Amino acid sequence: MAMTPHPEVGGMALDSAGTLLAPPDFAGGQQAEEKPRSMFRRGWEVFAENKLALIGLGFVIFVLLFSFVGPLIYKTQQVSVTLGNAYCTPGPQHLLGCDNLGYDVVGRLMQGGQSSLEVGLAAAFISCLFGSIYGAVSGFAGGIVDAIMMRIVDAFLSIPFIFVLIILAVLIHPSRVAFIGFIAITYWPQPARLVRGETLSLRTREYVAAVKVAGGRSSRAVLRHIMPNAIGTIIVQATFAVADAILILSSLGFLGFGVQLPQTDWGSMLSNGLQYLTLGYWWLIYPAGIIIIMTVVAFNFIGDALRDAFETRLQRR
Amino acid sequence: MTGYLIRRLIQTIVVTLIVTIITFVLLHLVPGGEVRAVLGIRASKAEIVADSKLWGFDQPLYVQYLKWLWQLLHGNFGFDIKYSAPVSTLLWQAFPRTLVLAFIGTAVGLLIGVPLGILQAVRRYTAVDHIITGFGFVGYGSPTFFVGLMLVNWFAVDLHIFPAFAPQSTSILGILADPVALILPVATYAFIAFALWSRFMRSSVLDNIVQDYVRTARAKGASEQRVLWGHIFRNSLITIVTLLGLQLPVIIGGAIFIEVVFNYPGMGLLFFNSALNTDIQMMLAITVLTTIVTILGNLLADIGYAMLDPRVRYS
Repeated sequence: MAMTPHPEVGGMALDSAGTLLAPPDFAGGQQAEEKPRSMFRRGWEVFAENKLALIGLGFVIFVLLFSFVGPLIYKTQQVSVTLGNAYCTPGPQHLLGCDNLGYDVVGRLMQGGQSSLEVGLAAAFISCLFGSIYGAVSGFAGGIVDAIMMRIVDAFLSIPFIFVLIILAVLIHPSRVAFIGFIAITYWPQPARLVRGETLSLRTREYVAAVKVAGGRSSRAVLRHIMPNAIGTIIVQATFAVADAILILSSLGFLGFGVQLPQTDWGSMLSNGLQYLTLGYWWLIYPAGIIIIMTVVAFNFIGDALRDAFETRLQRR
Repeated sequence: MTGYLIRRLIQTIVVTLIVTIITFVLLHLVPGGEVRAVLGIRASKAEIVADSKLWGFDQPLYVQYLKWLWQLLHGNFGFDIKYSAPVSTLLWQAFPRTLVLAFIGTAVGLLIGVPLGILQAVRRYTAVDHIITGFGFVGYGSPTFFVGLMLVNWFAVDLHIFPAFAPQSTSILGILADPVALILPVATYAFIAFALWSRFMRSSVLDNIVQDYVRTARAKGASEQRVLWGHIFRNSLITIVTLLGLQLPVIIGGAIFIEVVFNYPGMGLLFFNSALNTDIQMMLAITVLTTIVTILGNLLADIGYAMLDPRVRYS
């Protein structure tokens, strides 16, 4: 039953999810003089009113450009060690000086940013995708299935994940991809729990009942109706997940279990610099520390504003 | 109440069992991982096979798991080769020290964070609110180890006010007898925790401020102070207690960074040294033990909570 037997129900599916994609097809678009405003448009308006959110968004865009486009403009040598340059002071040749191995610090920040952001974004995406499907299925199924699935989530949530991550890092000496997987494995229960809570209220809505009445499969109800309606919760959680994943990776870097040389991440850079704490090489410490804090705070600003945006949408309706 | 207790106890046992399975499976994700980690990367295939046989890693996974679980139920965490002592002996030495530091740190964080959160909620959208929020975000965004080392840099290295090391005494009383040395580790804990708790408390109070019972209290003529402390504060604390239970793994896990920075001889430092030595038995034991403590903490929080709030028992 891959095709929908009832086109009306298919139309309803588009109603909840599709407004954001293709509003012109819709009767709502021609209704009154009032211009049709999608959930995302309205959300954006609330979001844009929040100055902190715009600052956060601006900083995230800046950091992404800095890390991924920056190396094309500010070319530095980031593979082999140049001991002659070790600890060189900031100046016109090296804007933020060099580290103990002679790597240019600005170039290093770009390189580290690539690792931190890639791991942060990918781990957040994977954990939230899996976690929200898991949570939606659990909440939708209810009963004994829900009870078992949620006990598994409880179990994951009670393990201090940093210990598990360190064990895995010791066992495997992970690559960037492995880090993404590991962090996702430890993080997915959080979105799962939130989306499950949301599903418990969504599953009693009329449009979910309509799918059942029309003979639609449960998978359809979950994927096409419940998940799109929980998208606000999921996106907000994903934003916080990016911030958390960047912090986790930097903490692993501090303990010496971060990505391996000659690659680096911000946490490894920071902990490397902190070894020279008392020698006055401030450029090895503050740039990396500040960029971690600012990136994490920026993602938190965005997450907070998104939560306000989605909640206001519900209130104004 | 009895029904609730029994249900909650069964849940706890189930969750604990699942936890042991998860940690065990995660540890064995890499076939031969433990043997390879102990023998090093240059170990030959024959050595790996021989060692796997010696330690019982060649048996089916479920057999290994059941054996390990059986030992665990007897309080036997295995014998530590690196320290040449039973794992449990080492654990029982280090664990109370971690609890002391985590407890003091969290308590100080709560004592600062909760009043600030209330202040923020009462004076919402004013300069005070924004300033505290700003500090909170910095606290929330800072890696724990960075905060700790910066405090050491400023207060120990530059200003010579506090020592850079935590108390090195092996007994709890000895640790408590050296409060000056405890200040920096506790301050690190509190700085991270205050950010979290003021944020939670602010939103919790804001949630409660619009509730009907607040309007009722005002309508019957209760003073603003009475409404705030007698009604809103008490109801907001319920949320905080629940969140405190959920944050336990973060609180205990976070100890590792503070203990490494300040060289505090607790479980976090033990775990870190075990990680450097690829001492996997010890790491597994610490993970399982802290998890069980977390689960028990959550159970206690829930029971206390059910005693205080009759609504919980019937949900």
